[in-house]
Amino acid sequence: MDLLLSKLSTFGNALPGDITQGLIWGVLAIGVYLTYKILDFADLTVDGSLGLGGVVAVVLITNGVPVPVAMIIAFLAGCAAGLCTALLNTMLGIPGILAGILTQLALYSVYLDINGKANAPISIDKFPLVISSRYVTAGNEVIDIIRTVGTALIFVLLIIAALYWFFGTEYGMSIRSTGCNPAMSKAEGINTKVTTIITLSLSNGLVGLSGALLAQYQGFADVNMGRGAIVIGLAAVIIGMVLGEVILRKHFNFVGKLAFTAIGAIVYFVVLRIVMLIGLSTDNTKLFSALIVAIFLAVPYIQKSAKTSFRRAGKRSVSADASPTPEPVNAAGKEDK
Amino acid sequence: MLELINLRKAFNPGTINEKKALNGVSIKLEEGDFVTIIGGNGAGKSTTLNAIAGVWPVDEGAILINGQNVTGLSEHQRAKYIGRVFQDPMTGTAATMEIQENLALAARRGQKRSLRWGITRKEKEQYHELLKTLGLGLEDRMTSKVGLLSGGQRQALTLLMATLKKPQILLLDEHTAALDPKTAAKVLQLSDEIIAANHLTAMMVTHNMANAIEYGNRLIMMNDGRIIYDVKGEEKKHLTVDDLMKKFEEASGTTLNNDRMLLSKKG
Repeated sequence: MDLLLSKLSTFGNALPGDITQGLIWGVLAIGVYLTYKILDFADLTVDGSLGLGGVVAVVLITNGVPVPVAMIIAFLAGCAAGLCTALLNTMLGIPGILAGILTQLALYSVYLDINGKANAPISIDKFPLVISSRYVTAGNEVIDIIRTVGTALIFVLLIIAALYWFFGTEYGMSIRSTGCNPAMSKAEGINTKVTTIITLSLSNGLVGLSGALLAQYQGFADVNMGRGAIVIGLAAVIIGMVLGEVILRKHFNFVGKLAFTAIGAIVYFVVLRIVMLIGLSTDNTKLFSALIVAIFLAVPYIQKSAKTSFRRAGKRSVSADASPTPEPVNAAGKEDK
Repeated sequence: MLELINLRKAFNPGTINEKKALNGVSIKLEEGDFVTIIGGNGAGKSTTLNAIAGVWPVDEGAILINGQNVTGLSEHQRAKYIGRVFQDPMTGTAATMEIQENLALAARRGQKRSLRWGITRKEKEQYHELLKTLGLGLEDRMTSKVGLLSGGQRQALTLLMATLKKPQILLLDEHTAALDPKTAAKVLQLSDEIIAANHLTAMMVTHNMANAIEYGNRLIMMNDGRIIYDVKGEEKKHLTVDDLMKKFEEASGTTLNNDRMLLSKKG
């Protein structure tokens, strides 16, 4: 009983931090939503552009650049990373997944070129960072906790509002149609290469911004901070879509989808905290994320094959036909009988 | 209005699968011409339409729309001149977008897409009236996703989209082939009405010889990547399916090998 209470109190104390972290990763997840859901492009650049955004922000801030300017540049650095992947794909014909892997790999070197070493620390004591994990732990003033969570929330809300506007414009609609039906889009006069380039840039820009927020929040950027980020982003998107379908049903519109992507990220970090309290070691968090994504991606397939499968058709046929089921034979063998 | 000059196209050139799909296709369409195209399997009917639409560049020849050479323009650059309806009802519309959004996309065919709002209130009213003319009840479902519509409804919508911004040329590529006979007849009728009402220049590939005779003012027959028979006006009106069969054998020296065409001989 005491153990349970202590775990509950640990959970409660960690909750504001987990929500904040979820919101920061929610910015990344919204970026992933743009490519994965709207453009139908599995973009693995994300693993590199998160760290890129983080290190760009840290290096600029520690060299005296104002924090907001540094964050804008981190966003643009992410855009540039997405642009590389998009050009590899649209201009040089490299398949999307491979193009993303190439950029992601190259970005590890770019990170080290920018920083010279793997870790780039930044202290809240020396710089006016917009967000820091220091103020969400237990023992802080409630107002500080609220301010920290609120800062992350404002970023997410502003991004959702901006994207709602953008995807409602003529240009935004042409991006949506590109993802949905490229053949039709070309027939309607849309340059699908350009829409792909714009979307990948925008998506990775958001990931870069997420990296800039995350580096400030945790007090450092690290060359490995983006490893597996795409999986966490996908987990957030998928969890968000499932929750959104269940809760909003018919009213699950575009704003709802973006909002639930961020909520999906929060749920991911809260659930991760719970399984860690139950006993998952920190070494196994990546295993956990991979499992979550695998399970959520597999569920629709399993549901479908539960409804219609050869095994079930075979069972049903027994009642319709009294003759014994033959051993499976190939097409040629059937003719011989 | 549309002029094709000696178009040639080979697929997989230099390989064992080389297919010379177009072997010198030339034709000149006058404004308001409605041309039906028939021919055997692999005759080059759809290939001709795809060449006009710019799905890929041709190997030789020129494509002129309204006197302007568009041979060097890519598919999306040519789109402003061309309205298209495809064989597969899934191809012409964006399934995850609303009916009115699909129309709004089509209304901006060939225009620069700006950061203005993608669909205006005035447009919505206009689309409501337009959809009414289809008589399918789609005007009350303008915010429904197109993916929820039947094949016939989607083809009717695609027709509307293709002609919403008046095209210089309308390309119909067996656009009723995937529909059941009753729906196919309705969509065909609708196509004819829209072409007549807007004085469109149109090309329609069909496998149904009776339809090819009934609709349009001009009929061309293709074989082996060439136009082998071209008939218009009074002469076309008096054609019969048997005439067409005979013409085909005369011109090509073989019998017609389009299974679906033969099956729908009486259709």
